[in-house]
Amino acid sequence: MSDYILYPGCSMEASARAYYDSLKAISKPLGLNLREIEDWNCCGATEYLSVSKTPAYALIARNLALASNQANETHSVVAPCSACYLNLAKADYYMREQPKLGKTVNEALAAGNLHYVPGSLDIRHLLDVIVYDIGLDSVEKKVVQPLTGLRVVPYLGCMVPRPDYDHHWSDHEFPVELDFLLKVLGADVVDYPLKTECCGGHMPQISPSTAFEMLRRLISTADERDGDVMVTICPMCQLNIDGYQGEMNQFFGTNYHMPILFFTQLMGLAFGIEPKELGFGLELVSARNVLDTLGVKAPPETPPAPPRRPRKPEGLPMPTPLTKPQIEALKKEVVK
Amino acid sequence: MREEALKSNTPWICVSCYHCVVRCPQNIHIPDVMYTLKDMAVQAKLVQDSTAPDFSQTFVDMVEEYGRSFEMGLASRHYMKHFPLRLANMMPMGMGMLARKRMNLAPTRIKNMKQLKAILKRAKELEAKQ
Repeated sequence: MSDYILYPGCSMEASARAYYDSLKAISKPLGLNLREIEDWNCCGATEYLSVSKTPAYALIARNLALASNQANETHSVVAPCSACYLNLAKADYYMREQPKLGKTVNEALAAGNLHYVPGSLDIRHLLDVIVYDIGLDSVEKKVVQPLTGLRVVPYLGCMVPRPDYDHHWSDHEFPVELDFLLKVLGADVVDYPLKTECCGGHMPQISPSTAFEMLRRLISTADERDGDVMVTICPMCQLNIDGYQGEMNQFFGTNYHMPILFFTQLMGLAFGIEPKELGFGLELVSARNVLDTLGVKAPPETPPAPPRRPRKPEGLPMPTPLTKPQIEALKKEVVK
Repeated sequence: MREEALKSNTPWICVSCYHCVVRCPQNIHIPDVMYTLKDMAVQAKLVQDSTAPDFSQTFVDMVEEYGRSFEMGLASRHYMKHFPLRLANMMPMGMGMLARKRMNLAPTRIKNMKQLKAILKRAKELEAKQ
């Protein structure tokens, strides 16, 4: 068993529930032993740094300090979420590189009786751990249901391969780790030139038309290249492409249907784990086609909202708009 | 120049995708420059469009209150104020997220909120001194 300290991040408990469920399901066959940081807090995403610097780093560093208190045989912290991974790595790196910042942040942590020695933890993304620690050979050995015939589009988003403070990735713009992993699972991997382009992040909340155009490029390119499904390593990318695809279609008058799953969900399928355990069915753009291609039985769909209660026939009639002759008649009456 | 830079919407439209960092031949960390410009623009009250700063501030308010982000509270507060007309278009997504329990109706609060508040209070005092 390989031991890691896990920093799940807020989205894993809500919008990216499928990511957490599938991660828990595959960690046993992979021999991954994940211990959650006790009482971790939000990493601040890209928002806290936009407001003020020292509190933003102190917020992140509380997690680092808690993790280092929990570290014994392992000093590796694994984060499945891109923004969380970036923030933890960034805080650690800058506290190391800028001793003044490190000192200030530790002064703030001292108010909560915490301390973090910069550089004492190794911050890793989940994909990095699976590809380089567990290894593709070990993953391949667990495959019982190869993803044969499934055209998968590998999509990483921006914050994992960049800026890559500690040189974990094969390339900053076209890294190949996810492609190799999907190949080992038996999938037909699509060459996707936009694999590390941005999904828009918080853009749907700031400038919707900009966000929709960013999403349209990603989705239409995946579609043109005959992808059956996109696969991501990031909760934000999944939420934007899955959640806002409907609104984007409305905006452009298009009719794309491009499901997006987490890479852990496809790993679970290849390992022969039940789709329900892997969070299938939680996506808004249904990924049923994936299960159909592989001949796996789909879990029951989320029941649609109950129809509105029909009006009782004996109820009072609702007012209806007046017809033209009625209006004319009324006018005449008023004039009289 | 200072005012021009702080009034610009460039920092606010930056999504921090870090493409510029890995491409810059002079190793300038442009997203960090953008973050700094945002901080400065807020301090100097020179922000022209409040959509992005309000979103960041609302997110921060939630985190300072609960220790965790709270999407339901964040989305409803932000959309009511800045995109009331989009609410109708957002309904299918919102309902879909709620039906799948991908959005929580109530926030989760960390256990040791007292500790986090103390740390953030101290951090803000140190920030003000700089």
